Amino acid sequence: MSAAARTVRPVSIASFAQSQNVRKDDERNEVEGLMPVIAEVFGNIGITKADVGFICSGSTDYLIGGPFSFVMALDAVGVWPPKSESHVEMDGAWALYEAWVLLQEGEIDAALVYSFGRSSLGDLNEILTLQMDPYYEAPLWPDIVSLSALQARALIDAGKATEADFAAIASRSRRDALANPKAQVRNDTAPEVLLADDYVVAPLRRHALPPITDGAAAIVLAAGDKALEWSDRPVWITGFDHRMETHSLGARDLTSSPSTAKAAEVAGVAAGKIDIAEIHAPFAHQEIIVAEALGLDDSVVINPSGGPLAANPMMSAGLIRIGEAAERIRSGQADRAVAHATSGPCLQQNLVCVLEGA
Amino acid sequence: MADSEVLHAEHRLEYPYSRSTGPIIGAFLTGLRDGKFFGATGSDGKIIVPPTEYDPITSDDVGELVEVGPGGVIESWAWVSNPLRKHPRTTPFAWALIRLDGAGTAMMHAVDAASPDDLATGTRVTAKFRPAAERIGSMSDIEAFVVEGGAA
Repeated sequence: MSAAARTVRPVSIASFAQSQNVRKDDERNEVEGLMPVIAEVFGNIGITKADVGFICSGSTDYLIGGPFSFVMALDAVGVWPPKSESHVEMDGAWALYEAWVLLQEGEIDAALVYSFGRSSLGDLNEILTLQMDPYYEAPLWPDIVSLSALQARALIDAGKATEADFAAIASRSRRDALANPKAQVRNDTAPEVLLADDYVVAPLRRHALPPITDGAAAIVLAAGDKALEWSDRPVWITGFDHRMETHSLGARDLTSSPSTAKAAEVAGVAAGKIDIAEIHAPFAHQEIIVAEALGLDDSVVINPSGGPLAANPMMSAGLIRIGEAAERIRSGQADRAVAHATSGPCLQQNLVCVLEGA
Repeated sequence: MADSEVLHAEHRLEYPYSRSTGPIIGAFLTGLRDGKFFGATGSDGKIIVPPTEYDPITSDDVGELVEVGPGGVIESWAWVSNPLRKHPRTTPFAWALIRLDGAGTAMMHAVDAASPDDLATGTRVTAKFRPAAERIGSMSDIEAFVVEGGAA
């Protein structure tokens, strides 16, 4: 039985906020960076912390370099009076999933989800290696760009893409970001110009890589009467699933994303027409793989926000996809959208969220 | 605020503990120390290299260990012109996914080649182990893979 056929409690994206995405914010700590985002996500709909029954965050200690950093971040919301709270060492999209599951149980009607990360504090190439298999892969220190380049080469060899396709995706993303004041890399550069970039790790040129971004984001989820009270046009989550593949890189077919395809099937992506897709594909070639796994046709507008090639705040770039997709439904630009988030090297783990207007 | 006014502090995060590598991963690493590759038999009879304790698709326990390699074929590769400080090579090299002879999956390692022109998907390579006295039972016991019979 697909999720579309399963009875789920309708939950809405009631509010979304994100920080300015920047290359390096070393004037504010995590709490100071989050506080205006939390104020905005509550302020958008005129509520306070007292109106939510649960708080869930997504972040990683490896960025800040200290254990239990999420505990300190809770100061951005206020720790008194105490509130039921949880955390995932993952992108905020997975924190949103946890809150959505709790809302399904029906004991609470609203939740706050937030995520944050300062990618600039360390060397992402080294930090992200620590997510690899500790026996076979991490000891060699493969960096995320090299791993993504292995995937890009496999895609080219399979005849599913060319380097020109990667440049076209990067060009489109950063051009679309011109309309997104929160994005970090915004310009109108033709693909032919981008193809003159040097290789960082061949076959990936500079433009096919995501920017290094500091940023934060937050979403308020609401169910029942609160969803209707807090929005004139509630944006409903109508399908939600996430799946993971083996951590053995060489045991995967890197040119496809069966975990995305499975999550899309369970979330019911194909149950109606998709107007826009916000895809968390940090490397340009990964958009091709995810779009195929989601079953999107050429009519779907991909990453109108500019996507992760325009701003890739670690731990928030996935949550932002869901927020950006929801905003386009709320504004009437779209009626049905799919948002995607990824985690791990080469699209190892994937989350799919289907959103629909009232 | 000017950058010079921003306070900076160096902080090192470590998790200094040791683990047992167990009967499968341990056997593979011990094999490397002896200059050999071992894979584990998966549910469909495919040899998983490097071996996991369970089949990545079915989650069943893996079967007997089988010797594979040391030659194999490049399934995908990426050329690093400027090695990073922790990379296994200090001069330009390729990362590659290599399917060892007899294996049903690929393993990742570095390929030592003079130029990307020497490499392609499908190129045959073979493991160049460090001298026996230097091997400790680690992926770094393989110095690198090299193109079989010299240049491609």
